[in-house]
Amino acid sequence: MSQASYPADLLYHPEHDWARIADDDPEHATLGITWYAQDALGEVVFFDPPVVGTTLAKDAAYTEVESVKAVSDVVAPLSGEIVEVNQALAENPAMINEDPYGEGWLVKVRLADASEREALLDATSYKATLAG
Amino acid sequence: MSSTAPPRLRRTALYERHLGAGAKLVDFAGWEMPVFYGGPAALREEHMAVRGACGIFDVSHMGEIETSGPDALELLQRLLSNDVAKIAPGGAQYSVLCREDGGVLDDLFTYRVDVDRYLTVTNAANHVRDLAWFNAHAAELADVQVSDRIDDWAMLAVQGPLAREIVQAISDSPLPARMTVASRRLAGAAVLVCGTGYTGEDGVELLCATEDAPRLWDEIVRRGAAPAGLGARDTLRLEVCFHLYGNDLSVERSPIEAGLGWCCKEDTRFIGSDAVGAVRARGPAERLVAFAIDGPGIARAGNQVLGGGEVTSGTLSPCLGTGIGLAYIPAERAVTGNHLEIDVRGKMRRAVVEDKPLYRKGS
Repeated sequence: MSQASYPADLLYHPEHDWARIADDDPEHATLGITWYAQDALGEVVFFDPPVVGTTLAKDAAYTEVESVKAVSDVVAPLSGEIVEVNQALAENPAMINEDPYGEGWLVKVRLADASEREALLDATSYKATLAG
Repeated sequence: MSSTAPPRLRRTALYERHLGAGAKLVDFAGWEMPVFYGGPAALREEHMAVRGACGIFDVSHMGEIETSGPDALELLQRLLSNDVAKIAPGGAQYSVLCREDGGVLDDLFTYRVDVDRYLTVTNAANHVRDLAWFNAHAAELADVQVSDRIDDWAMLAVQGPLAREIVQAISDSPLPARMTVASRRLAGAAVLVCGTGYTGEDGVELLCATEDAPRLWDEIVRRGAAPAGLGARDTLRLEVCFHLYGNDLSVERSPIEAGLGWCCKEDTRFIGSDAVGAVRARGPAERLVAFAIDGPGIARAGNQVLGGGEVTSGTLSPCLGTGIGLAYIPAERAVTGNHLEIDVRGKMRRAVVEDKPLYRKGS
């Protein structure tokens, strides 16, 4: 996707990650990196998916994405345990660029503390952090 | 603005062109420089444009030191590791600048632009230190002038198999051959044309007045050169194993360890020649090798090599499709075909020591 986009139904972490929590499944979240993050990185050429069962701590790095130029830590927006990884990215990591909020999702987690989401930003607030 | 805001970055004469071309700008040695232009695949596309056709780089952040006068040769012969007396008028030469202990202060190209006038191109991060080093040693000689020309010159690198054809079309006379330099008028502007580059491709580097740079840029882009950023510049140079100062070269390293013994002529008695000669005679403890990762993963600068050694440059090679890099490893293991284990952020990745360059035209 070539134009900046920050869907309103997602929650955002200032380290350029998003979380999607479905209304009917508040125990789980899907995580990924934002349009801004993938744009700053450039083409993602390597993603080694983390292992199912890995524990995530909010605000700590849990995996890495690599462009030609550099490797970047991906920070967990929420705490939890990985229940599913996007294995397709191992073969086609550039999907993170092409569809960062859809096919480019990274992991699904079982949340450890449902109240943590209160600390995340909505799309408007996240976009405001990018303008500064 | 908070009081800890970083100092304002310097901008080249082509800053507006970079913005117009959609550049991602980064701080490079205090300069606001394009890392790539446009969308996600840009770096790879720019790399391939240079390998297959032509790219144009703004390298105006690089510095220039002019050394002139009857004692210019004597000064440069003391400072530079190569035999400067071998540069004919209109010639070019690569060398390193060493401290007394043989540690590398910079690696540089020197152009003999006139009988008693030389232009030495410095790395942006080293320019001030190099200039001070030149000036300190110039004071010991009677008749030599050292001047800082960084603010006078813009520098464009036009590289790739079509580069010469594109630049020739706007030149008033034939372009200088590889490793030579000549003054030409390009699209009406006075330009010092250098038959050098940092990509492993044919091409030229152009030194022009800063006010002429945008027009020259536009003219060359219009004729088919793709704007290319520092990201592609790095992957291109690493595929052909050219050193990057600050990564593969430093004051902690001897040029012999770095594989640059070929440009060190100790009999010219350059500063550091005793130390360099001693390392050459006894053999260095470590050597800089090129490697390719066998399997997935990309090693990066700072990754440790099992059994001793460290990666100093690493990337994904757009042409080879694998992780590649340069690493200092114990000399006894620096043999083509040897296997290395590299600790890539906690994962051990297997690599093979390869011949330099890692990429060859047509391979």
